[in-house]
Amino acid sequence: MIEPQIQLSAVSKTYGHGERQVAALKNISLTIQRGEFLALIGPSGCGKTTLLKIIADLLPPSAGRVGIGARSPAEARRARETALVFQAPTLMEWRDIAHNITLPLEISGAARAERAERARELLEMIRLNNFANHYPHELSAGMQQQVAIARALSYRPQILLMDEPFGALDELTRERLGDALLEIWARAKVTIVFVTHSIGEAVWLADRVAVFSPRPGRITRIVEIDLPRPRIAAARASTRYAERVNEVRRALKLNGQSEVN
Amino acid sequence: MAINREASPRVGNWTRFRETARPARKNLHLFLIPVAIAGFWALWEGIIALNEFPAFLLPSPRLVALSWVENWNSGILPRHLGISLFEVGVGFSVSLFVAALLGYLLAQSPLLEKIVSPYLIALQAVPLVALGPFIIIWIGAGIWQNALVAALIAFFPMLVNTLVGIRGIRAEYRELMRSYSANRWQVFIHLEIPAALPVFFGGVRVGMTLSVVGVTVVELLWGDRGLGFLLNFARGALNTPLVFATVATLAAMALSLYGLVVLVERFLIHHRRNEQ
Ligand SMILES: Nc1ncnc2c1ncn2[C@@H]1O[C@H](COP(=O)(O)OP(=O)(O)OP(=O)(O)O)[C@@H](O)[C@H]1O
Ligand SMILES: [Mg+2]
Repeated sequence: MIEPQIQLSAVSKTYGHGERQVAALKNISLTIQRGEFLALIGPSGCGKTTLLKIIADLLPPSAGRVGIGARSPAEARRARETALVFQAPTLMEWRDIAHNITLPLEISGAARAERAERARELLEMIRLNNFANHYPHELSAGMQQQVAIARALSYRPQILLMDEPFGALDELTRERLGDALLEIWARAKVTIVFVTHSIGEAVWLADRVAVFSPRPGRITRIVEIDLPRPRIAAARASTRYAERVNEVRRALKLNGQSEVN
Repeated sequence: MAINREASPRVGNWTRFRETARPARKNLHLFLIPVAIAGFWALWEGIIALNEFPAFLLPSPRLVALSWVENWNSGILPRHLGISLFEVGVGFSVSLFVAALLGYLLAQSPLLEKIVSPYLIALQAVPLVALGPFIIIWIGAGIWQNALVAALIAFFPMLVNTLVGIRGIRAEYRELMRSYSANRWQVFIHLEIPAALPVFFGGVRVGMTLSVVGVTVVELLWGDRGLGFLLNFARGALNTPLVFATVATLAAMALSLYGLVVLVERFLIHHRRNEQ
């Protein structure tokens, strides 16, 4: 059952005017399927964050069309189909964990009982039930990021846009949260667009890896990851995994990543 | 995610440790206050006992206490205290309201802020008490004029801190609110107010302190009522015990008002972010 969920056609983005003009994205065309896990990888400054913001309706594209199913990004946002997770957890430090998770529901006007129920479910999912009444500063960075993910899922979006969500974490935590994310993804049946700088992480998590050129960002290569799911730890040592990692690395090298930034 | 199961007892213990450690430290510091006061008192008495100063130079604590009781019971101290409190209360409250409103509005426009903020910051460096004479020249002395001085002097730190508090909210938080399709009011309630509150209260604390200073100074110089005036009057009458009693009353007033601000702050900001 393949069904397009996000359609980008000839999307470009230019920031600023006149001399200070910066072309961030050029001619991005891409179709992301419903339920797909797509990773975006590319040199710093190539416009990955910009692309997520365009899909999330935080920025308008300068040219091109974006469709979320049959909707525009603005309509999709108002229908609460898209959700964001940043590199920093961006939790509200004045709210305890449970109330951080239910903030989007509070804003959409959900009833108190429903919010409490949803908070319980999500805390269960990220296994932080004991921390419902703790404040963000009482949690480790990895735990905070899980709370941010739970918060993004609170209103049951169809699309999760993640901008280097594990970029600030140590390798071990990163791998554990990656596996946890795969579980969540399988259960919640969301479409995930996942920006990362880690080739290994991209290959391990995604169905496809889109490789960007340096600024202005274009997609130069899409690598299909044919590792079986669910991904078991042993697969990390497989030759196929190593091959895909090399394929992505070559695609990045061809783009001359080392010359950028 | 086994990580959390493993991590939780450790973090849990750590949290419990902090919860028990805090009241203990608090108690210690509460215990130190009376000790410090008693020590100071004993030192004072000791100096007097050794040197036999005349009462108009350095009255003994007992004499000051007697003067305080006498003037409190006769209604002199309460009357002047009431006037000073009124001036600070009115001036500070109006100032708080206008500073918060204006600071918030300024924060909405980066251009306006860019134009105005250099002056605001420069004005911080000007001792606004020096404006006192102008106010007296233009609109005369009196309770309302003194309140105006209190308002003016407290205004800029509170304005600047409101501005800084709102401006300091990271763009990602606003993007998050937009992704939830929050309306302006919801952004205000759920993000701007709570996020700016700690910085805002930094300004309020300074503002409260300054408005007490402002009122005291104008009363000292031009007042015919209020604790500043009483201080000046007692000094002129060589009634040094009353000078001391008035200073003590002023100090108590200033500390109580500051304590009130801290209490409100504690009530509004209960998440205790900056504790070690
Ligand atoms: N608000 C902005 N105003 C002007 N230029 C911007 C703005 N945001 C981004 N840019 C420019 O657009 C380009 C792409 O930025 P973007 O943040 O999308 O890159 P990125 O791929 O996410 O980089 P990184 O991997 O470092 O996060 C950058 O070169 C940057 O200079
Ligand atoms: Mg980025």
